[in-house]
Amino acid sequence: MNPALVILFLFLALSLYLGIRAQRGKDMNMEQWTVGGRGFGSVFIFLLVAGEIYTTFTFLGGSGWAYSKGAPAYYVLAYISLAYVLSYWLLPPIWRYAKEHRLVSQSDFFVSKYNSPVLGILVSTVGVLAIIPYLVLQFKGLGIIVSEASYGMIAPTAAVWIGVLAVTIYVMISGIHGSAWTAVIKDIMIFFVVVFLGLFLPYHYYGGIQPMFEAVDAAKPGFLIFPAEGMSISWFVSTVLLTVFGFYMWPHTFGSVFSAKNEKVFRKNTVVLPLYTLMLLFVFFVGFTAILQVPGLQGAEGDLSLLRLSMRTFDPWVVGLIGAAGLLTALVPGSMLLMTAATLLAKNVIHVFVPASSEERIGRIAKGLVPVLSLICLYYTLSGGEALVTLLLMGYSLVTQLFPALLFSLPARPLVNKYGAFAGIACGVLTVVYVTVAEVTIGTLFPALPAFIKDINVGVIALLINVAVMGAVHVLTARLTASGTRAAAAEKSPTI
Amino acid sequence: MKVKHALGALPFIGMLGGVAFVNRVEPYVLGMPFVLFWIVMWVVLTSLIMLAVNKLDQSDGKGEKL
Repeated sequence: MNPALVILFLFLALSLYLGIRAQRGKDMNMEQWTVGGRGFGSVFIFLLVAGEIYTTFTFLGGSGWAYSKGAPAYYVLAYISLAYVLSYWLLPPIWRYAKEHRLVSQSDFFVSKYNSPVLGILVSTVGVLAIIPYLVLQFKGLGIIVSEASYGMIAPTAAVWIGVLAVTIYVMISGIHGSAWTAVIKDIMIFFVVVFLGLFLPYHYYGGIQPMFEAVDAAKPGFLIFPAEGMSISWFVSTVLLTVFGFYMWPHTFGSVFSAKNEKVFRKNTVVLPLYTLMLLFVFFVGFTAILQVPGLQGAEGDLSLLRLSMRTFDPWVVGLIGAAGLLTALVPGSMLLMTAATLLAKNVIHVFVPASSEERIGRIAKGLVPVLSLICLYYTLSGGEALVTLLLMGYSLVTQLFPALLFSLPARPLVNKYGAFAGIACGVLTVVYVTVAEVTIGTLFPALPAFIKDINVGVIALLINVAVMGAVHVLTARLTASGTRAAAAEKSPTI
Repeated sequence: MKVKHALGALPFIGMLGGVAFVNRVEPYVLGMPFVLFWIVMWVVLTSLIMLAVNKLDQSDGKGEKL
């Protein structure tokens, strides 16, 4: 039997065991299942936040971007580090409010802050629309990694089925506890694998990191710096800022914030997490090494550069270890995404329409939604589909549209009312959909502008429209809110 | 604006503002093209800056003992 295959199955079994064992000794109610009873310390929060970053993108996309795009890949290092800086001031007030009001999902926060269940439905819809393609991406990545690392002995379809089944089982049983414990083994694995590959491969093929870069620069001049047009400096700056704003707006990242035992956890982690980002540097080294060693990978094939180069270089048992680390990068974020989507739908959509449900019943519905969502993702993973690719491209831009409403809600009394927040998010999301589907850029909208403005990420326009509409609707409905609140108070009726 | 807020703004200024002035391959530093080294340097500096911010908050009684 292929040693790579044995190693892959051993790690799958280990992660399943850890995931199931994580619920031992705990009454798995809604609060335990979704936010770990708000008892996670620095290490688990570190692993969950870091674990959500080091997804299959780390393995496939990070090296793939370095391989096919060159310098623009550097933006990943920048935005993750800067997002942690923002988290120092952003996360503590969110955590305090969530603990005080016993919130378990991102939508809960918006519902509570703006006193609007309807806004919660909108936020949940945006969140689930962004999560599903992201989850499918993890499963697709899992299929590719396992199939490649097993030298084709396991078909991608079989690999996806096995992976989805494992994740579904331990998410239903252990919730976030399962994700946290499998994150422990994943992060240990990925650290050693990525650093080893990032140092060994450049030295093996070129005699060092600088000779590798010199060879790439000689073969592809200008590939290692930002181009004058297209993915230029202004693209880099605008994209980094947009992704910094959107970083904690992903529902699963936002939700993991609630699981901390105190707010000091976030402040402490801002010191270590940026350094952890440097792991991506070693992934880039692998991608750059592969440019001249496995040339000719076109388009999406570039994402296979790390695996193809590894298979060319190492014995099957080493490839098995690399594949196992890749497998875990799909399972851990996949489990968090799955749990978050189920919680959002159960708590902030179904619960709104069936308000009499107890927390226990909502918990049962959320767990019941896990296999349903798994099957939906499995269908899209195996059938592909253009709509999903479009949604994935929109994912980050979609969740970023929640940032202004979140920011304005942080003071004790939100700076805009619920109508403004709803209208701003809705217009921002519609703008994102339009510019993605119509493939609009600032350059196509305003061709006469200088290149450095045309290269600005078009997501900036959606965010500006979002804020402008939010402000305008807030001003126009300010009197309506005041009279509505008074009337609701008089009738003791809930507000929308 | 407090000192810690100014410190928090530094990584944004250094990493995003600085790249426009260092977008070149040479000189290689630690084996990396200069523009990549610049970003990596700011990632490390970000960590140190956040350590300083934590220390400042600690003196206010808000930060974590590190």
